Amino acid sequence: MRHQLLALLARQPAYGYQLKQGLEQTFGAAYPQPNIGQIYVTLSRLEKSGLIRGTEVTQEGKPDKKVYEITEKGTEELAGWFEAPTEGPRVRDEFFMKLILAEDTDLADRLTLINNQRRHCINMMRGLNKLAATERGNRTSLLLIEGAVLHLQADLDWLERCQEELI
Amino acid sequence: MTGSEPTPPPLLAADDLVRSHLSGSTLIPAVRGVSLRIDRGEFVAVTGPSGAGKTTLLHLLGGLLRPDEGELRLDGRRVDRLREAAWARLRRRRYGIVFQSGNLLSDFSVADNIELTAVLAGMSTRTARERRQELLADLGLAHKATAGPGELSGGERQRVALARALVNRPELLLADEPTGNLDSRSTRDVLALLSRYHEQGTTIVLVTHDARAASTADRVVSLFDGRIADDARVEEPPAAWRSATGIRDVIDFGG
Ligand SMILES: Nc1ncnc2c1ncn2[C@@H]1O[C@H](COP(=O)(O)OP(=O)(O)O)[C@@H](O)[C@H]1O
Ligand SMILES: [Mg+2]
Repeated sequence: MRHQLLALLARQPAYGYQLKQGLEQTFGAAYPQPNIGQIYVTLSRLEKSGLIRGTEVTQEGKPDKKVYEITEKGTEELAGWFEAPTEGPRVRDEFFMKLILAEDTDLADRLTLINNQRRHCINMMRGLNKLAATERGNRTSLLLIEGAVLHLQADLDWLERCQEELI
Repeated sequence: MTGSEPTPPPLLAADDLVRSHLSGSTLIPAVRGVSLRIDRGEFVAVTGPSGAGKTTLLHLLGGLLRPDEGELRLDGRRVDRLREAAWARLRRRRYGIVFQSGNLLSDFSVADNIELTAVLAGMSTRTARERRQELLADLGLAHKATAGPGELSGGERQRVALARALVNRPELLLADEPTGNLDSRSTRDVLALLSRYHEQGTTIVLVTHDARAASTADRVVSLFDGRIADDARVEEPPAAWRSATGIRDVIDFGG
């Protein structure tokens, strides 16, 4: 959740509860929403690592609240996240985050994200072809590779859908 | 002036190609300004969603359609204004083309479809026959030599069309979704054959929706809405990746 919060703060400084609303508005019901406790825990970790800065705001008759803003270090971290291809079996979740959050940050554009991810998938596919060539004769291994190939193909088809809908 | 040699022109150079199709009374833009250079010996995959303009672009590159705008050069020479007879000669001498439909002559056997193409281009009947046997064996279709096109499945027809396009060892192969109807194993045979021709110097432009096929090329051009959205070299992942971790990166074992 770190990068989602950083991306929201890259748009503008916000209170914790505003970040919760921001996540809800951005992703809608299809995405599992963190509770406010998880958000505050993540915020305090981000603050400790110097990626965001919190400022106490005194309010008449209410407990003091903290408004958070992204630091230069946080912006760098976020830019690096956008730039790196998304890896691992949870690709679709995390890549989708980037694609949606890229909109207002000025740190990445959607077509570049899609192109980089497509390149990454095709390079991985190249690796799987090579692997299949070395495993020729091992049926179990080949079946597993075929499963991975089908997953990658599905990722690429879905990237195409994202491109059709969002670009 | 430096002493460097002048770089040779690319085998194919497309400059801002535009082409629409007439459907009833409306013009449907299919290719909207594509510039592309393909060097001798390159293996380029063209991908993109259905309707992106892949087939139209391939037909423009093979002179089967003329551009509405833009220029096409072969070895630096303008060819977009050539007449059909000149294009037909050019294609016979230098191109091999596989259409999306798997184009075959319906009154001839599989063997004759392939051999006739070779003989018409001036090959001896004996060489034509040897090449045909070799190609059909490579494509797992040796047993279909005497069959007629009507007796073939879609995937078999595509493979025969590929054999026919390769029998003259063309300089430039244009192939439109040649693995589109194939199972995993036949796809592997086709890709192995393409790689072998590529290694021997054939320049290949492969239109495909199949990521496995695309990743066999050295370069992937992504078409979108009649334009090039991306043009990238395919890179080998590091050798370390090519172990079980490579799989783990794609499939979640839940462990
Ligand atoms: N002969 C044709 N007549 C009318 N429209 C066509 C014709 N061929 C293609 N089109 C249209 O042109 C666009 C691009 O088609 P095509 O080049 O076949 O794309 P792809 O091969 O990527 O699916 C599509 O919108 C398609 O409907
Ligand atoms: Mg097509």
